[in-house]
Amino acid sequence: MTPGLLTDRHRYWLLILPALLVMIVFYIWPLVNILGISVTEPEPGLGNYTLLATSHPIQTSFIITFRVAAITTAFCLVLGYIVSYAIYNASQRGVGLMVALVLLPFWISVLIRSFSWIVLLGRSGLVNDALMGMGLIDRPLRLMHNEFGVLIAMVHVMLPFAVLPIMANMKGIDRSFVNAARGLGASEWTAFWQVYFPQTKPGVLSAALLVFVLSLGFYITPALLGGGRVLMISEYITYQIQEFLKWGTGTMLSVTLLVATGVVILAAARFVNLRRAFLERG
Amino acid sequence: MHNRSFFRISMQTGAWLILAFLLLPMLVVIPVSLTDKSYISLPQDGLSLQHYQNYFTSAKWLWATGTSLFIGLAVALLATVLGTAFAIGCWFLSDRMSTIARWVLITPILVPPVVQSLGFYRFWVQLGLIDTYTGVILAHTLLALPYVSISVFAALANLDRRIPQAARSLGASVWTTVISVVVPAAKPGMAAGAVFAFIVSFDEIVGVLFLTVRNVQTLPKMIWQGIQDNIDPTIAAVATVLTVITLAIMVIGALRKS
Repeated sequence: MTPGLLTDRHRYWLLILPALLVMIVFYIWPLVNILGISVTEPEPGLGNYTLLATSHPIQTSFIITFRVAAITTAFCLVLGYIVSYAIYNASQRGVGLMVALVLLPFWISVLIRSFSWIVLLGRSGLVNDALMGMGLIDRPLRLMHNEFGVLIAMVHVMLPFAVLPIMANMKGIDRSFVNAARGLGASEWTAFWQVYFPQTKPGVLSAALLVFVLSLGFYITPALLGGGRVLMISEYITYQIQEFLKWGTGTMLSVTLLVATGVVILAAARFVNLRRAFLERG
Repeated sequence: MHNRSFFRISMQTGAWLILAFLLLPMLVVIPVSLTDKSYISLPQDGLSLQHYQNYFTSAKWLWATGTSLFIGLAVALLATVLGTAFAIGCWFLSDRMSTIARWVLITPILVPPVVQSLGFYRFWVQLGLIDTYTGVILAHTLLALPYVSISVFAALANLDRRIPQAARSLGASVWTTVISVVVPAAKPGMAAGAVFAFIVSFDEIVGVLFLTVRNVQTLPKMIWQGIQDNIDPTIAAVATVLTVITLAIMVIGALRKS
């Protein structure tokens, strides 16, 4: 082929297009269809969306979803920060093992980890069995099928997602500022809080965004540990579709969840470098 | 000085406690998988391998495992080819359009699984892809593409732009440059991407729940159904096998690095 017919830029686009087209046709287009269904089924119009203002169960489900996501994020940030800090600021002993322990759960299926929590927290689970065996309680505690069970398992699943951005951020921080502050007489805590912590904010904010967004749409763990009692919006949508075949309601809730997620990401764009948070790492 | 060590010691102790919280719950499946009872419990009168025997002799469990492996490998291959070409093209262009294309490709990371599964379902019905291997492989490939493109892009970040330019100015065509200069540099990213793609597919459950009925039974779907219907210790045996394989791969990976 002569250069006139096909420039280099065209050739690069030939590399890009297959994946991009597959993505647009089989992923983006079906998502657009979801929007279409939400305003056409069962009848054309915004009827489905009025449920957002009138349906108490739907409002409750959104409140639960945001509450669970917010609490999960808060716990993951605190716990993730402590782990990352220990990895990058202590003596080198055990650092490799610590990183491996953070990454291990990452590679183990969410389904299996949720199963582990069911084994632990169930009515006749290991925790209840142990407590009753020791005579501390005489009847099983309700440790799952409530928000407590969902939260503890969610924090377990999401924690690595919080640690990785914070760790990546701390890796690039120069200790000499903290040492200088210490040398000038600041206490360990002051040096940490006023000198070190501000430098880690980008990592913390990336972690917060990632964990919060993933938690908003999370399905498996809440469905398994919530036992139908902690109805987060993803499970609510599934019920509408699979039990009641209400595609209009299900897709309307999907669009709302998607818009809510988008708003959270755009709002975070003021504080978080989205490019670094998603494109460069994901 | 006392203050300093207190701060450090508490951070360090806290970190190990948190890591224990990450690790220990995953290990409970090991003793449970060895229980001599037919329900979830710790071994009581002795250890038993019956649940492993059940997994390794059950046609349904083995078939599901084979299905997941097959789909995972197909997805890894497809996603790696598509995602690598995509990332290389974007790397060369590095303009606004290609950045937008990169954002489009990572949407599956951000869109809630249930929402995208509804989209898949309605479109797959029209295409006649429900309950087919093709349907699942296609859906999983889309979900795996972001991970491949991100890892290849990360690998290419280390490639000096002047090297392909030199190849071009010495007369190599675009395709020769891509194949003999850029692809070798992208290889670590491609390998990581392929592993990611395999795992994304091997673990994926929500899409499979929407897209399959009886024909396609994957391992996660068997586990999901097992948890919903009756909690059978076979799940603990399967979980233990998968956890041990993961651990072994991590240890081998760590040893090879050092």
